[in-house]
Amino acid sequence: MSIIVENASKRFGDFVAVDDVSLTVPDGSLTALLGPSGSGKSTLLRIIAGLESPDSGRIMIQGNDATAVPAQKRDVGFVFQHYAAFKHMTVHNNVAFGLKIRKRDKAEIDQRVNELLALVHLDGLAQRYPSQLSGGQRQRMALARALAVEPKVLLLDEPFGALDAQVRKELRAWLRRLHDEVHVTTIFVTHDQEEAMEVAEQIVVMNTGKVEQTGPPRELYEHPKSEFVMSFVGSVNRLGSLFVRPHDVEILQAPEPGADEAMIEHMVHLGFEVRVELVLAEGENLWAQITQAEAEQLEIEKGQIVYVRPSRARVFDRDGNASGDGRPTTLQAA
Amino acid sequence: MLGSSRKSRWGLRGFALGYLALLLLVPLGMIFFRAFEHVGPALSALTSPDGLHAFYLTVLVAAIAVPLNTIFGVGCALLLVRTEFRGKALINAIIDLPFAISPVVIGLSLLLVYSQTGWFGDWLNANGFRVAFALPGIVLATIFVTLPFVVREVVPVLHEIGDEQEQAARTLGANWWQTFWRITLPAIRWGVSYGVVIATARALGEFGAVAVISGRIVGQTQTATIWIQQEFQNFDQAGAYMGAVVLALIAVSILIAMNLFKRKEAT
Repeated sequence: MSIIVENASKRFGDFVAVDDVSLTVPDGSLTALLGPSGSGKSTLLRIIAGLESPDSGRIMIQGNDATAVPAQKRDVGFVFQHYAAFKHMTVHNNVAFGLKIRKRDKAEIDQRVNELLALVHLDGLAQRYPSQLSGGQRQRMALARALAVEPKVLLLDEPFGALDAQVRKELRAWLRRLHDEVHVTTIFVTHDQEEAMEVAEQIVVMNTGKVEQTGPPRELYEHPKSEFVMSFVGSVNRLGSLFVRPHDVEILQAPEPGADEAMIEHMVHLGFEVRVELVLAEGENLWAQITQAEAEQLEIEKGQIVYVRPSRARVFDRDGNASGDGRPTTLQAA
Repeated sequence: MLGSSRKSRWGLRGFALGYLALLLLVPLGMIFFRAFEHVGPALSALTSPDGLHAFYLTVLVAAIAVPLNTIFGVGCALLLVRTEFRGKALINAIIDLPFAISPVVIGLSLLLVYSQTGWFGDWLNANGFRVAFALPGIVLATIFVTLPFVVREVVPVLHEIGDEQEQAARTLGANWWQTFWRITLPAIRWGVSYGVVIATARALGEFGAVAVISGRIVGQTQTATIWIQQEFQNFDQAGAYMGAVVLALIAVSILIAMNLFKRKEAT
């Protein structure tokens, strides 16, 4: 009952950014809004924050209609992709900003700021200016600043998008742990499916302004309701109307019923995982994901002819909605 | 190749310096030289009641016009950068008008509106306000000529800082005024300072528009530039030179301040 979006729509000129979206985010959950750029995920987040107003629809925050409440009275914490650090203020004053606006007394502010800086591992940097911090440190400062006012909701707009891969990985794990400690209802926007799967308890997949599917990461991966979700969440081979996950492609040394002849075009060794790139007799390409042990056992190599069949595949109807689910089938059936 | 490029570089430097010397430094130097040639009479002319009043009036006018234009300039820049509305292009163009129009024309147009034979002149006079040939007219003329400076300095800075910091402040509970005072203004402060400094320089040095609207009444509506010109015409050249030296010294300190602000802005 924490955040409810009812039939929200938002246009920018001719472009429909958010198209009649309804959404429920449970109290205390960690939810990802996942989608490609232009799918409306950031606009939806900004509508929830009050930084944009919807053309139609309603936003309920903890049971109260917040649609007409201005951003400064919504009690949301917002973290921007590019940090939005107050450059002329020290780290301490950045974090203290919301508390000073609320006219808390100085001792209380100092204590709270110190607690938060410890929480985000920035203790000792309180007197620095944002320009003296790294990107990851700035984003943690921005998080502490948003948490300082004890918001009902924490909203993060591509929070790790501007950071390099290593820092991004660390901060993801850290955000999960932080959420376990703080338990504030959190929504974050990302275009990175791996990030969404890794961090979120619930994922909302968006495409062209609409919600495609909502569910826990595993459910989205295993039971995608549409072609879009299947291809956006996890890797997929597309063979005609058939969708097969690379790890559901079985490689056999000898012909068997339902298996098709294929040639190994290329093998990529990624440590534990081996990617086998194959081409079917009809010229269609697909790739299989197997373990190194399996690859060794099969004794396969580049240029070799093998036989492949999907252990699981999925068919979507004309509108891209799920019609076949997980039944074994031949690749030829496509 | 290196030799010739070095030679041409020195040649260019020499040309630039020579050009500046001929046009600016030598004439200004001459004024200093002349002013101090007859220091005694020059100083007594400058410190005469009329001379002192002229400088007092100039400073007073700048002290009224510049703060008003600073408030207008910052507000107008915020309007132009942070909001979308019809007629924005028109406002943008009008703000640059004082750059394009000759100050004399500005003075004449103000006279047409506010003098006794002008549009409101009669009404204003009947209600006891004097605009033309009085302080309000001089202030109006100065506001007019210095209108674009703060706006034009602040607009690019506002564009550059973007509005994310302001949005962050809003989500943290700050209202419009708190956001402006605590976030926007500190972020644009060097741009504003730079604008204020050039507006002040322009206000102190204004001649054309003020000459027309002020009526040049000695000891009453005569500003420093007008007093200098009058001294010169009355063959009291020492006083004119000393007045010019004072204005030039103010200008030099303004130049220094401008450079300081520019450097701060860059960091």
